[in-house]
Amino acid sequence: MPGYLLRRILAAIPVMVVVAVFVFLLLRLTPGDPAAVLAGDMATPEQLARIRASLGLDKPVIVQFVSWIGQLLRGDLGTSLISQTPVTTLIAQRIEPTISLALLTLLLSILIAVPLGVLAAWRHGGITDKAVMSFSVLGFSVPVFVIGYILIQIFAIDLKWFPVQGFRSISDGIGPFLQRATLPSLALASIYVALIARMTRASMLEVLGEDYVRTARAKGLRETAVLFRHALRNAAVPIMTVIGTGFALLISGVVVTESVFNVPGIGRLTVDAILARDYPVIQGLILLTSALYVLINLVIDLSYSLLDPRIRY
Amino acid sequence: MHADVDARPRRWLKGASLLFLSALALSGMSDRPAQAQTVTAVMHSGVRILDPIITTAHISRNHGYMVFDTLLAMDSKYRPQPQMAEYKVSEDGLTYTFTLRDGLLWHDGTPVTAEDCVVSLKRWAARDAGGQMLMDRTESLAAADARTITLKLKEPFAYTLDMIAKPSAVPAFMMPKRIASTAPTEAIPEQIGSGPFRFVAGEFQPGVKVVYEKFKEYKPRSEPVDWLAGGKVVNVDRVEWVTMPDAQTAINALMSGEIDYMEQPPVDLLPIMEGNEDITVDIFNELGYQTMGRMNFLHPPFNNPTIRRAALLAMNQEDVLQALVGNPEYYSACASMYGCGVPLASDSGAGPITKKGDPKEAQRLLKEAGYDGTPIVLMQPTDVTSVSPQPVVAAQLLRKAGFNVDLQPMDWQTLVGRRASQNPPSQGGWNMFFTNWVIPEVWTPLVNPMLNGRGPKGAWFGWPDDPKLEQLRNAFVQAKTPEAQKEAAVAIQTHAYETVNYIPLGQYTSPAAWRKSLTGIVKAPVPIFWNVKKSK
Repeated sequence: MPGYLLRRILAAIPVMVVVAVFVFLLLRLTPGDPAAVLAGDMATPEQLARIRASLGLDKPVIVQFVSWIGQLLRGDLGTSLISQTPVTTLIAQRIEPTISLALLTLLLSILIAVPLGVLAAWRHGGITDKAVMSFSVLGFSVPVFVIGYILIQIFAIDLKWFPVQGFRSISDGIGPFLQRATLPSLALASIYVALIARMTRASMLEVLGEDYVRTARAKGLRETAVLFRHALRNAAVPIMTVIGTGFALLISGVVVTESVFNVPGIGRLTVDAILARDYPVIQGLILLTSALYVLINLVIDLSYSLLDPRIRY
Repeated sequence: MHADVDARPRRWLKGASLLFLSALALSGMSDRPAQAQTVTAVMHSGVRILDPIITTAHISRNHGYMVFDTLLAMDSKYRPQPQMAEYKVSEDGLTYTFTLRDGLLWHDGTPVTAEDCVVSLKRWAARDAGGQMLMDRTESLAAADARTITLKLKEPFAYTLDMIAKPSAVPAFMMPKRIASTAPTEAIPEQIGSGPFRFVAGEFQPGVKVVYEKFKEYKPRSEPVDWLAGGKVVNVDRVEWVTMPDAQTAINALMSGEIDYMEQPPVDLLPIMEGNEDITVDIFNELGYQTMGRMNFLHPPFNNPTIRRAALLAMNQEDVLQALVGNPEYYSACASMYGCGVPLASDSGAGPITKKGDPKEAQRLLKEAGYDGTPIVLMQPTDVTSVSPQPVVAAQLLRKAGFNVDLQPMDWQTLVGRRASQNPPSQGGWNMFFTNWVIPEVWTPLVNPMLNGRGPKGAWFGWPDDPKLEQLRNAFVQAKTPEAQKEAAVAIQTHAYETVNYIPLGQYTSPAAWRKSLTGIVKAPVPIFWNVKKSK
């Protein structure tokens, strides 16, 4: 296992290098000029040139690249060209809402979707199965922002159970945190419930026909024990993959949900940085996202061996 | 073992129930009420650039008015009034003496000095076109003593006070010398001003939230507030600007009392708030904005004045404004290049643009000019709603007149980068784009960026090379009386319409909305939070 871990971590290095080169070059090929964003509408060409020089954007691309890589090796993601704030500070300000929202969404999704998927597989072909599958199709089909607005209308405006918008850190207390995070998480969970429930159902259907399930039932185990202890555990590997990928997607930004509920997360930071051509921020965010994907994939792979003792690294 | 296994589904149920119950438990809790003396506002954009001198972004200017103060300020009659300083002008009009009023302090507690203001004026002038114009005529600018600034001119310049008091795009904000010494191309490192609010650095999140606290040592003037002039009396402890990218969310938050003020609710969403007895919808910036189109003078077909004239005749303001604003309550046709409702406003030279245009005459002119069907590259920013509809309407009007239009969608920042290109449209250049200005940015020939005929090296994007325009602007500078100034401004506008310097497409206002618990919102060309009171 330690050897496998080391190999995987080493393998991540060339991936990150390729991402870094690709992102850097892509951004330089994209039209737009951060100096123009900074200077505004009335800047003369001369003023623009001076601002470009003060930001180091007038240097050859290769010089800029080497300078950026040098910064990265020192653990410095650079400074925003627009707000002059260190990229690490910007990410630190925005990562908590994103991770909190992602974790709560996944928690809600798993709590709702796994039992639904198991139920649908257990009652395969019946009304329950069809109801769960219809619900899944609905979850996939209705855009998250529509669900978000519906939730706001019902629970925030009509019933006044929750505030309309905003985010409060968990350090302010679990109550204020849940007050603001519940609705966006429910809106986001609609997709993931659909996804995980379908995957759970499909995996469960495969294992429910296996001999060991028949044996467990023949031993006289209660059906819940058969379903959750024997069948679900064996069906868990693909479900875990979906959950892990879902988490990575949630971390890398859910800009529409963040906008509808005014959550200052990574998604909005990414879009704002792209619109302003804030190169260091975009580069930092994409590197962070890539690293997270690599890490989450590693965690998923490792979790397989916990769920299925036959899988060994 | 069985008991163990059986517990599992119950745990699931227990978890789900707990979550549900927690939601129910929260159901009785409303959002934490905003403190009575905190005003929470959603502005038109998030604050990302804190230096109000380095950029012309309006949100940075608005932030500037919170934290920094100005020597003079404009009142509602467009007159420069003393703000930080009283002023005297010598009889020959060559020497201006500014005397700082008593008790002015920077937010770090040190006194404001004349030396600070001199350095601030120089940095401002290096970035602002009006300031540059003033410095071109300046012989010396120096601190005579700790409270006196002396500005000596080489020649009389009737607009000296107007430039120092102008509210947009870059007002002459005063800063401590150590901050104002920052190169004008680099952002200032600190937010220490002498304005009525203090910037709370620890709570700043770029693009998300900016917080201001009342600066308790600020001594407001005794005169009543009038636009940006008069006493800046702060009646609340704290103002928070929060960014909400979704307008519907901001309106919901306003109606539910989570925020107090929204600077620019979209006009098409205003009906949602109509009839809500807790909300006031009103226009604080009564001058509003000018929307306009600019052609590229360097390349065919708009290097031909007859074809530019055809484009002008093809346009009509009503169609553009209808698409842009929709509600006639908030827009009006306006032929004046200086905006309507200002002293220099005039219809001179405009022709039929405020009516229905003249597409037939446009067709005739195109034929006369021998237009060969060269496609016109119209840049359309799709991500900014205030500049997205104009190119679509204009494209249709131009096609109707016989132009071959290539409407190219892009994001605003691509447009901003591309409009600086002087290459032909086929090589990354362009033929036409649209933008908007607040009226104080166009209200005189000196500040209006388009009315500049210095060609590819000195003019604004589009780069008209128009020596006569420069002569006429010079005549405006030399004009001494208001009547002579108006006459000179009319002559400039008439000439600018003849050459089709640009195409004004009308004027519109953008109402703000606030909860009725707020009173004392000041009518001004900039959203300001002094004078505002908040009741519980």
